[in-house]
Amino acid sequence: MNIIEVKNLNLFYGKFQALKDISIDIKMNKITALIGPSGCGKSTFLRCLNRMNDLINGVKIKGDVIIDGKNIYKDRIDIVELRKNVGMIFQKSNPFPMSIFDNVAYGPRINGIRDKKQLEEIVENTLRKAALWEEVKDDLKKSGMSLSGGQQQRLCIARALAVEPKIILMDEPASALDPISTTKIEDLIFELKKNYTIVIVTHNMQQAARVSDETALFYMGELIEFNETKKLFTAPENEKTEAYISGKFG
Amino acid sequence: MEAELKNYKRRLKYRKAINLIVNSLTFIAALIAILPLLLIFYYTVSKGISRLNLEFFIEMPKPVGESGGGMANAIVGTLILVGIGGVIGLPVGIMSGIYLAEFGNNKFGQLLRFLTDVLSGVPSIVIGVVAYTIVVIPMEQFSALAGGVALAILMIPTITRTTEEMIKLVPHSYREAGLGLGIPKWKTSLFIVLRTAWKGIATGVLLGLSRAAGETAPLLFTALGNRFWSTNVFEPIASLTVYIYDYARAPFEDWNAQAWTAALVLIILISLLSLTFKIITRSKYKTN
Repeated sequence: MNIIEVKNLNLFYGKFQALKDISIDIKMNKITALIGPSGCGKSTFLRCLNRMNDLINGVKIKGDVIIDGKNIYKDRIDIVELRKNVGMIFQKSNPFPMSIFDNVAYGPRINGIRDKKQLEEIVENTLRKAALWEEVKDDLKKSGMSLSGGQQQRLCIARALAVEPKIILMDEPASALDPISTTKIEDLIFELKKNYTIVIVTHNMQQAARVSDETALFYMGELIEFNETKKLFTAPENEKTEAYISGKFG
Repeated sequence: MEAELKNYKRRLKYRKAINLIVNSLTFIAALIAILPLLLIFYYTVSKGISRLNLEFFIEMPKPVGESGGGMANAIVGTLILVGIGGVIGLPVGIMSGIYLAEFGNNKFGQLLRFLTDVLSGVPSIVIGVVAYTIVVIPMEQFSALAGGVALAILMIPTITRTTEEMIKLVPHSYREAGLGLGIPKWKTSLFIVLRTAWKGIATGVLLGLSRAAGETAPLLFTALGNRFWSTNVFEPIASLTVYIYDYARAPFEDWNAQAWTAALVLIILISLLSLTFKIITRSKYKTN
């Protein structure tokens, strides 16, 4: 079942066209990887899915992005509701300057949950889901900033999970991490697939091959190939894909 | 080869000499810069400490000829004046700072920023004249309120610009994180951005309040001064700075001594204010 349908999406930064006629269907509870060389438009595309590009001046978007049956650029939708449904993890981990507990509880609190017991439950559950609970359960009062880079990123994942999204967008979530932390994040992504739909942007082709079910290759704002990951990496249909995955450009 | 080495050593010596000279010059400049501060401390403490006792804080000024007495009315007066200034100046200053940082990316914002900079350069006595015109004349009365208004106008630009700068320093990633969680923009600005920036904002507020507490000129024809006890904001009120101005010029040795003590008390009050801010803004959570 498709949870996200993108049809003929075009995006302009002023006069520069960053995305050209992109159409992709993203399946529910699958991991979809977006790969391609720097500046190919993969992050820009990702940010279209929760309207994060709205923050940038001079962005124009044409085409349809349909999430859960709603056209998020044309129908009258609540953008706050949309972003609650479509969570986001950024390249650089960005915990708020508060305690670990407050970081995770922030979203639920803003959404009106005040009951302390309930909050504690949410925090524990989401930290467990983010595979961080065992490491931090004794110092939930410590600053989120005091954690290591990999832990901070998992804290951000927990924070995103706490508002119960259906879809999680990840923008190179492991690119600033060491190999061990990267493995932990990848294991976590794989685990999350059971309950969430994940779209992940990555520079790292091995990572895409390891974690994803489907992969889309972007190049110069165009979608070159979108296929099952196994197929894309072993028997690509497009010459450019072949050239990219064998390292001939990019 | 040998000639080259010799040449190199000569240049090295030369470089070291230049380094020493520049280092000494900067050190001397730093000394000169703090010298006035040390002199201020030295004189106010040495000349003011002899009368710094409980009497100074709880008693009223004595009439000419009688020795001793305190400045209770002026101490309270200064607190009231700075308080009124803060009550008006803080919300206006902080909120306009927020406006400039979050929504000021347009022509109006640029104009506002420019005018704020102009205002911060306006001599304080001119601000006093303005407060005289807009408060004292219509009310037909010198008053603490007029003094407070003058001080508020004085502190607003400082607070506005520091607030703006501090909010702009908050990494964009915090905003994105907030919005990405589905938190509305205004809540993100208010609860995440402000919460991160508030230490810096507090510094701006402190600067504004301290500057206001030390002003004399704008109070001369607004709050005027008062030899008697008054906490009525609609009447003239005493202040430490105006007392210092009057007493330091007076031909009585006794008054001159009182002026030194008043100066010392003012410095202590401002230091206490600064210390309080340091303590309450000491956060458990560092912000990258």
